[in-house]
Amino acid sequence: MTDNAVLLSLCYLVSGILFILCLRGLSGPESARRGIVLGEIGMFIAVVGTLLHKDIIRYDWIIAGMVLGSGIGIAISGWIPMTKMPERIAFSHAFGGLATGLVGIAAYMREGEQLTYFKMGALGFETFLGLLTFTGSIMAYGKLQGVISGAPVTWKGQNFINIGLFFGALVAIGVLVVHRELVQVFFAVAGTGLALGVMAVLPIGGADMPVVISLLNSYAGLAACATGFALGSQILIISGALDGSSGFLLSMLMSKAMNRSFGNIVFGAFGTAIEPGAAAPGQAGRSYNEATVEDAGAVLKASQSVIFVPGYGMAVSQAQHAVRDLAAALERRGVEVKYAIHPVAGRMPGHMNVLLAEANVPYDKLFDLDAINDDFARTDAVIIVGANDVVNPAAKKDPSSPIYGMPVFNVEQSRSVIVLKRSMNPGFSGVENELFFQPNTMMVLGDAKKTLLAMIAELKEGGH
Amino acid sequence: MTSDWIFNLYVFALATFVGYQVISRVPPLLHTPLMSGTNAISGISLVASLLAAGSDHFISQVLGFVAVTCASINVVGGFLITDRMLRMFRKKPAPAAKQEKAS
Repeated sequence: MTDNAVLLSLCYLVSGILFILCLRGLSGPESARRGIVLGEIGMFIAVVGTLLHKDIIRYDWIIAGMVLGSGIGIAISGWIPMTKMPERIAFSHAFGGLATGLVGIAAYMREGEQLTYFKMGALGFETFLGLLTFTGSIMAYGKLQGVISGAPVTWKGQNFINIGLFFGALVAIGVLVVHRELVQVFFAVAGTGLALGVMAVLPIGGADMPVVISLLNSYAGLAACATGFALGSQILIISGALDGSSGFLLSMLMSKAMNRSFGNIVFGAFGTAIEPGAAAPGQAGRSYNEATVEDAGAVLKASQSVIFVPGYGMAVSQAQHAVRDLAAALERRGVEVKYAIHPVAGRMPGHMNVLLAEANVPYDKLFDLDAINDDFARTDAVIIVGANDVVNPAAKKDPSSPIYGMPVFNVEQSRSVIVLKRSMNPGFSGVENELFFQPNTMMVLGDAKKTLLAMIAELKEGGH
Repeated sequence: MTSDWIFNLYVFALATFVGYQVISRVPPLLHTPLMSGTNAISGISLVASLLAAGSDHFISQVLGFVAVTCASINVVGGFLITDRMLRMFRKKPAPAAKQEKAS
């Protein structure tokens, strides 16, 4: 090892330690920002160290790419609204996947037959996983953005085809290890990665996005790891492993919060079990209490304790500020206000927490499932803002329901339940919700934000 | 070299273990910042992209340029947006909210 290479390795070691400290900072909101600064320093050291690497002989492409990328990065991060966070995360996974995929192709074009067996295998995996993450994330982005139908898209034999593609790619990588000169096989692996990303995400429904996004996070990490093995770079292995384990852990937590196995989400195409058309007649004949804002206001005026349960609908109608304002209006009347946050509420892990934080809701008022579930029985009113599956009692009672076994909030135990919902149509999953037809439930239909603002006005008008 | 990849496998296994331990302590409150933070960290593929873009091989330079651009977006954007999010998490309502209360 030359002195320069030793120095670079030491730089990477420092970066790796700083990345771990960065993630450790995220164990609490007080230390989180300091942690991110450590991560930034780590990244800076790694990049500057690499720029002095002996194999880099020209800087024009590098400077152009870094300037362009940084500009786009700054623009996106300043401009994107918090409600679009899931889309941004999906999009950045796509960038990450594309970057690793292209690095893999570039390394193959450069070194090709001079690669060792092991490095060739790693390179194959890197390219495959990177490109799979790329197209898979684009699909997830399309579904979140509504460009592609959020409903599961299914076709005959799709699992068979997907599994076939996956094992086909593994075999092709095996062939490449022995015959590194087969350029066609290498590009077949790359193409399979691209195709599998599309095919694997298309059948997954919108409500399962928290798991898919976490899973893609994990794949992006694994792709970075494979790059590290291919290039013999420990910093890539460390960072990829951190990213991969984070994504894996989150997907485990998310699927646990839905009481579903990994396999069920990846191969299950949730939501096809009940055709929306088939569910409708059952609901059409049932009666529910459609309430006006005045009715809801009267209930709130008589309440001493209120719990908000936000869901994806809050993000869609950007109602987080209105929720905060209504909570403030209630608190001025001496009402105790809490927020119940389900792990899979929204379209990504922690989605609701970020939105409420944006609206200035102090985080010690946000409660997890386990922490708040016993409080509902002692609560006067629950306001459900665009949440559906996470408050569906069928998950506890009805073994035939597709969401049976999923841990849900015991909202039906509170004295009255106010549901803010756009219409009586069943949501994404097409699962009927028993809660909406219960006698202590009031359905206030319409845009959540408008309804909330009207409620605030109602509270201000009337006295006690 | 055989010893080389064995050594890297050690690094991988230990880093995965540390990652799992550290990340399991992140509360659900911070799961979105965690995702965007790890996203910025995985922008470390920038390091590999730099090597591709700075090589003497033309195709590698072009592919590397695109990769450098993508990875830079993730690194710069990822850290900035994570910080923007974390700034919003407060224990007490912000002064702006208090003013509203007073009015």
